[in-house]
Amino acid sequence: MAELQFREAIREALNEEMRRDESIVIMGEEVAEYNGAYKVTQGMLDEFGSKRVIDTPISELGFAGIGVGAAMNGLRPIIEFMTFNFALVGIDQILNNAAKLRYMSGGQISIPMVFRGPNAGAGQLGATHSVSYESLYAHYPGLKVMYPSEPGDAKGMLKTAIRDNNPVIFLESEQMYGMKGYVPDEEDYIIPMGKAKIKREGTDVTLVAHGKAYHVAVQAAQQLAKDGIECEIIDPRTIKPFDMETVIESVKKTNRCVVVDESHPFGGIASEVGFQIQRDAFDYLDAPVLRVCLPDVPAPFAKNLYDLWFLDKKQVIDAVNTVTYRN
Amino acid sequence: MSKKKDQVAGFTPTGVVYKTTDLPKATRKSHKSLGIKEEDLLGLYESMYKQRRFEERAAQQYQKGKFGGFLHLYIGQEALSTGVVHALNQDDDIITAYRCHGWALARGTSANACMSELFGKVDGCSRGKGGSMHFFDLENHFWGGHAIVGAHLPLAAGLAFANKYNDNDRIATCFFGDGAIDQGSVNESFNLAALWNLPVIFVVENNGYSMGTAVNRHTAGELVERAAPYNMKRDVVNGMDLFSVIEKFSEAAEYVRNEQKPYFMEVRTYRYRGHSMSDPGNYRTKEELEEFRANDPIERLKSYLFDKELATDDDLKEIEDRLEQEILDAVDFAENAELPPAEDLYKHVYVEDDFPYHV
Ligand SMILES: Cc1ncc(C[n+]2csc(CCOP(=O)(O)OP(=O)(O)O)c2C)c(N)n1
Ligand SMILES: [Mg+2]
Repeated sequence: MAELQFREAIREALNEEMRRDESIVIMGEEVAEYNGAYKVTQGMLDEFGSKRVIDTPISELGFAGIGVGAAMNGLRPIIEFMTFNFALVGIDQILNNAAKLRYMSGGQISIPMVFRGPNAGAGQLGATHSVSYESLYAHYPGLKVMYPSEPGDAKGMLKTAIRDNNPVIFLESEQMYGMKGYVPDEEDYIIPMGKAKIKREGTDVTLVAHGKAYHVAVQAAQQLAKDGIECEIIDPRTIKPFDMETVIESVKKTNRCVVVDESHPFGGIASEVGFQIQRDAFDYLDAPVLRVCLPDVPAPFAKNLYDLWFLDKKQVIDAVNTVTYRN
Repeated sequence: MSKKKDQVAGFTPTGVVYKTTDLPKATRKSHKSLGIKEEDLLGLYESMYKQRRFEERAAQQYQKGKFGGFLHLYIGQEALSTGVVHALNQDDDIITAYRCHGWALARGTSANACMSELFGKVDGCSRGKGGSMHFFDLENHFWGGHAIVGAHLPLAAGLAFANKYNDNDRIATCFFGDGAIDQGSVNESFNLAALWNLPVIFVVENNGYSMGTAVNRHTAGELVERAAPYNMKRDVVNGMDLFSVIEKFSEAAEYVRNEQKPYFMEVRTYRYRGHSMSDPGNYRTKEELEEFRANDPIERLKSYLFDKELATDDDLKEIEDRLEQEILDAVDFAENAELPPAEDLYKHVYVEDDFPYHV
């Protein structure tokens, strides 16, 4: 096991897959000569050359669509968005073209590609630069969605995403790029699509948390453990398809669930998980499923407002205390 | 290797670039023949100097960790904001991208309000809600501060649409970087503005780079020619020279106002600093930076004022000292200003104060 930064784990996955398969190209703003806006693609231009590691203009609609077109025609493009906030400019190419062309062509077309880059906010960057998009992409049939929370997962999941024959939305985080974690050295380390992982075992309450929110859940669980409350933490890792089985099994054991989700509440991942639990584990619940989400307002700039806005372990602890009737 | 093979070797042109933009010749006209009143000259100097010192101080404060977020500096490009504001009427509309501090200051937003916005304080020009990239000051017809590249071009056309609809004699002006020229919104906005004869000046601030990518590495053809298919009137301006900016923008504004048609201006300029505070700028050469610095807009005006004996050292010193103090005071003001009250988190999303937020 090597200890790697998140960005290095992603880079390893990219490098290994590009060495393995010549049909893979990667393109995006500043990915080549600048070595990546967040240094994820550092050194890749040197290794693979400008035919395969391609700087693009700020033309998200154009290069997202070029990725789809090239994927239709036999390549396996990886499209890096500097952040997913900018993917909105090209979203028609993702939601209409990438997600639907296979269906509309009666299965003739396949679109083996990955759209990847940082999702959600990274501190005080203001309202346009701070949005979590996983529920939006997961809403549309035709796309798979992954959002790792740790370097080891990131590597194994990205390799899976690249090998998948469908368009995959692969979400990362600016704030996690520097985070370190153990990454298996196995020759071909793969984490299957749609497999959640129980990252902490516990008996009192199930916490479902993905991406950056996973780390908030971990902090809350550590504190709650001092109080004798044992949280079971499930990181779904893949958002679509969502591994509800693992969640339901856990809820049948703990009888309580809090979903921690770095999105706005309306129609988010937390709503979906909550709905499925009440449908499939209704009789097992000892308390309503709660969620900890961002407020239903855009991201503010001011530090004090931002701190109020962003997820906090206290909110998770509060929610756990509520579902365990300790409030 | 055949030509075809050659092309397949790579897509985006690569390699170190020296000299991203060529400055067109500066105007040789005097302030008099450009219609600039003698008593306005020191004000123009003041406007540029204020932007420069404001941002130098802001950078210091940022490095001291006094505020967070991104910080993109306009340093080097001040002749444009100052010259344009001079050439326009005070009720003409201005909208720009995230490199927006200089624009607000040039338009008359106070240093206190600008610095407070950087610090995320309630006295900021956007009540601390926007930060560095999102300055707004509608009283001064300054419409922001937009951080999604290219997103504000249609807005500018919309401002112009309303002005035309209301027949109010106002024109709209829209500033964006060379990087934004590659966005699809440029095409749609140009076409709509030309088709509907909207009174708007679109202005690309070609500072040679889109983040770390030199302009010839990110765009095909000449920027100014983007307007050609729409038969839009267009020109190239030396953006390091205040008088050239005033000359060309006075002409353009008059044309747009009278003819009620759009105009496209390519301004050649340079940003002295990195793209943002975290960018060391390794993609360009020292020589290039030095060459543009030798054309510094503030120094150029200073030389003009001295050569023509329109100002003395003491005159300028008086202005500089006064601004220095004003900006230091603004830092103090911002530091001591109040944070927005907690209830502001839920304010300004909708017009209704009692909107039923989802929990
Ligand atoms: C749609 C979109 N894509 C990418 C970005 C990230 N980004 C911010 S500024 C920038 C470079 C813009 O360069 P340019 O337009 O030349 O303006 P300058 O910084 O030189 O003023 C990029 C890629 C963004 N904000 N919006
Ligand atoms: Mg630029």
